[in-house]
Amino acid sequence: MSQATTGIVVKQTGPLALVQDAGRFGIRHLGVTQGGAADWISFRWANWLLGNPLDSAALEIVMGGGLTLEVERATRLALAGADLAATLDDVPLTPGTSFSVRAGQRLVFRQPLAGLRAYLAFPGGLDAPQVLGSRACTARERLGGLHDDGQPLIADDRLTWPGEAPAERRLTKGQGTRMPESGCRLSLVPGAQVAHFSGVSLYRAFNLPWQVDNRADRMGVRLTGPALRCSLRGMVSEGIPLGAVQVPADGQPIVLLNDRQTIGGYPRLGALTPSACAALAQCLPGTEVRLAPQSPGQAQEAHLRQLAAWQD
Amino acid sequence: MTPRIDTTAMDALMVRLFDAIDERNMAWIMAADRALRDAFGDALIDLVPSYTTLLVHYDCQRLGHAAARARTLQALDGLQPADTQSGQLHEIPVWYDESVGPELPRVAQRAGLDVETLIARHCSHDYCVFALGFAPGYGFMGLVDEDLATPRLETPRRKVAAGSVGIADRQTAIYPLLSPGGWNILGRTAVPLFEHARRGEPLLLPGDKVRFKAISRAEFEADGGDTTPLEERP
Repeated sequence: MSQATTGIVVKQTGPLALVQDAGRFGIRHLGVTQGGAADWISFRWANWLLGNPLDSAALEIVMGGGLTLEVERATRLALAGADLAATLDDVPLTPGTSFSVRAGQRLVFRQPLAGLRAYLAFPGGLDAPQVLGSRACTARERLGGLHDDGQPLIADDRLTWPGEAPAERRLTKGQGTRMPESGCRLSLVPGAQVAHFSGVSLYRAFNLPWQVDNRADRMGVRLTGPALRCSLRGMVSEGIPLGAVQVPADGQPIVLLNDRQTIGGYPRLGALTPSACAALAQCLPGTEVRLAPQSPGQAQEAHLRQLAAWQD
Repeated sequence: MTPRIDTTAMDALMVRLFDAIDERNMAWIMAADRALRDAFGDALIDLVPSYTTLLVHYDCQRLGHAAARARTLQALDGLQPADTQSGQLHEIPVWYDESVGPELPRVAQRAGLDVETLIARHCSHDYCVFALGFAPGYGFMGLVDEDLATPRLETPRRKVAAGSVGIADRQTAIYPLLSPGGWNILGRTAVPLFEHARRGEPLLLPGDKVRFKAISRAEFEADGGDTTPLEERP
């Protein structure tokens, strides 16, 4: 087989593995969702470890569940985000590292030991067709991914990439991501319909613990806890930003993530910050989280500090 | 016209122009859309117009929250409604038939009409495209005559075929691709809405008008329409 047609072959799938990049922007008014790596911070670290442009297409691997990849040609890969008990020919791989692989070796992702989503980066980024400016795979819309049909990886899919790793980097102290632990705080910028929630509900929202429900995917993550009451009824649908915390009639919030609908009509407390969204995307069902109000200014400062982490 | 501007996320503002859905809103929404695009330029990441609001998602590496708010206010100062003739009128051929539009009898019965009259009534109005959302190429349109208004199905279908034309309350829409959905389905069109949308050139845009035209099964098939009955879809 020629260089161009060899790569890494999917021998066995797990619950979900998707090609993702930063997502689609400048097209939300067309009704097209954002998509992109749900834990965008770990995704960027994975690319950084190889010296790739930070938003190069990579694999987002959810849970692991036996996903098995067979290497056809030697290269260097990087892994970041969740610890999914990944091995290379039975030797454990540590998230937050890059490593070389040889033809014939097998990568297996087993089960989540910490976090939920691992990011596997490839030299120069995964090859995949661009649609509406992105390779992000969004299943509901049938857009993006390896075959531009929005489908997750399936057995016999072949992953290829354009070149050699531009760099071999190592994380130093303070770099990389730590997976969220129970009790972690998620920053929320209050806004939208927050004024229509009762005082008691607001007190509860920001002072009592919330559990991450098992009804959680790339569209949204449901939180369970005290019922929140909003006086608004019959809202007109409006645009939904990343991290919007909407509260349907049952009073249990849903945090809307990358694959959310572009408009919707449930009242909202505000929106999680992008870093909080990344953390929430790593929380297994049952994880306890707390919502911490933050002003837009404070949130922006923290966000700019996060972006500065990748500047040389 | 005094817009209200709400914080809605770290890097997003909600511009509220109206409180209720009205076709007359669109001229203002379209004008605000243009003014905000001009004012934010490269600092705009996404702008999502809807029935009564516009969501402004700006680049927080270029603008702080207060500056974004000030720029929004300035952009909307002295706003004048856009020319309502600027939107396009699209004629969408629809095969209205119970096999692909199982709620024809339900909607007709509620309105006290026979099915033929219901179809004529659904085709008699130029509907305004209020907003895009739900799926690429999906346009929320209205307003449907009050007596045709029908609430969503109690249990949404798991699969509604691409091209299905439906009614929910006083709105009407076309499903661009196979998706779950709870609208009352009246018929099907062969117009490839999804294919337009995935090229970034959706057929229907906010402010456009849509007129449905009833066609025969033969015409629908000649257009390349899929006649597989709705309930038989896998």
